[in-house]
Amino acid sequence: MYSIIEAFKKAFALIFSLDSELLGIIFLSLKVSGTALLIASFIGIPLSAMLGLKKIPARGLLISLMNTFMGLPPVVVGLFVYIMLSRSGPLGFMGLLYTPSAMIIAQTILALPIVASLCHSAIIEVDRNISLASQTLGATPFQTSITIIKEARYGIMSGIIAALGRVMAEVGAILIVGGNIAGYTRVMTTTIALETDKGNFELAIALGIILLTISLVINALLHLVQKKGIPQAAIWD
Amino acid sequence: MGLRLDVLNISKSYDGKPVLRDCSLSFDKADVYALMGQNGTGKSTFLRICALLENPDNGEVNYFSGSGIISKDIELRRRITLVLPKIGIFNTTVFQNAAYGLKIRGIKGNEMENRVEKALDFVGLIHKKDQNALTLSSGEAQRLGIARAIVIEPEILFLDEPTASVDEENTRIIENIILSMKEEGGSIIIITTHDRSQAERLADTLLIMRGGTIIRS
Repeated sequence: MYSIIEAFKKAFALIFSLDSELLGIIFLSLKVSGTALLIASFIGIPLSAMLGLKKIPARGLLISLMNTFMGLPPVVVGLFVYIMLSRSGPLGFMGLLYTPSAMIIAQTILALPIVASLCHSAIIEVDRNISLASQTLGATPFQTSITIIKEARYGIMSGIIAALGRVMAEVGAILIVGGNIAGYTRVMTTTIALETDKGNFELAIALGIILLTISLVINALLHLVQKKGIPQAAIWD
Repeated sequence: MGLRLDVLNISKSYDGKPVLRDCSLSFDKADVYALMGQNGTGKSTFLRICALLENPDNGEVNYFSGSGIISKDIELRRRITLVLPKIGIFNTTVFQNAAYGLKIRGIKGNEMENRVEKALDFVGLIHKKDQNALTLSSGEAQRLGIARAIVIEPEILFLDEPTASVDEENTRIIENIILSMKEEGGSIIIITTHDRSQAERLADTLLIMRGGTIIRS
């Protein structure tokens, strides 16, 4: 019990002293997850809009695949990216394995189905009268699509935030493709795993506290976004 | 030269069930036309087809300007508009809702503001312009739908059951708005209603629809 309390004390001391190693790990985590989320959003939002608004061949199959991939096991993604990027793999010539770029690729693959699937749900849930209103007021098909996406904005933001939660907490894939190299590819989750193995609980606990805080902030944001999407008086209409 | 609308022998079925049968009508004067009939007689379908939201199974809907038929492109669609019973409120302010039709036409700045404020004033919603439109009552929402339509100054305005789900007070306000538009003139206004007395109060021409057919005009 004593050692746990001591570990927590040292963890808080690390946080409040703004330890450079700790800050570096946090910064890299945010950079990797943020970049992955940005790429996933750039691909996922137009993809979800296309699936939600256009009648394209095999749409049902694509939606089913997208929904299935929401539950992709991270280690399987890690393995897949590893094989692709390894020296003997098809993309081995790029020399990306064990770099932050490889971690970004793995996290993008994990985030993309979440962003696309949740954004797709948000878009198809937009009231059909919105599309009709837009058409009756003289909008082109493109303007109508943009209007629907705008109306789905709170649901889309919820999808992006949910994906951020997933990639921030992810460990399996980035451990495999990043290699957990100190000062280069070591992020919060992989550090917690490593330091726990070594019995060095202070840093692990400090990062755990920060990760939980980030998770709390993400959930608070999600709650705010969802609340903002429904004007209070409209609930009673 | 104003728009004219000719509907020739249109029919429409849903899942094999006929909704419209061989309907023909011409709208060529800037008057108010009321299409009366009970629920389910095909009034709304007729209006949606006229407003180019749906295609008929048979027959033709033609718009004329001068002596020539106008192609049914976006330019024509921007000269007509339909206000649906559920107007489809955008999750933004009353002002932004009313400004939508102008923004998509590239009209911005002072001109947009003046026209939106004039339209909101016309329907009695100017004092709510900064309020989120989703918080409006159903009667106010219908008035917003009308403001959203008149702000784009349509040559033909279709109003589908504009007072179907609103209270007496808002019904009176909406009727006054339609009467004011009638006085101003310049547009063909076609409304559907199941209320005969309302049709008589508002319209220059009464049309009766029964069983998917226009039986009297």
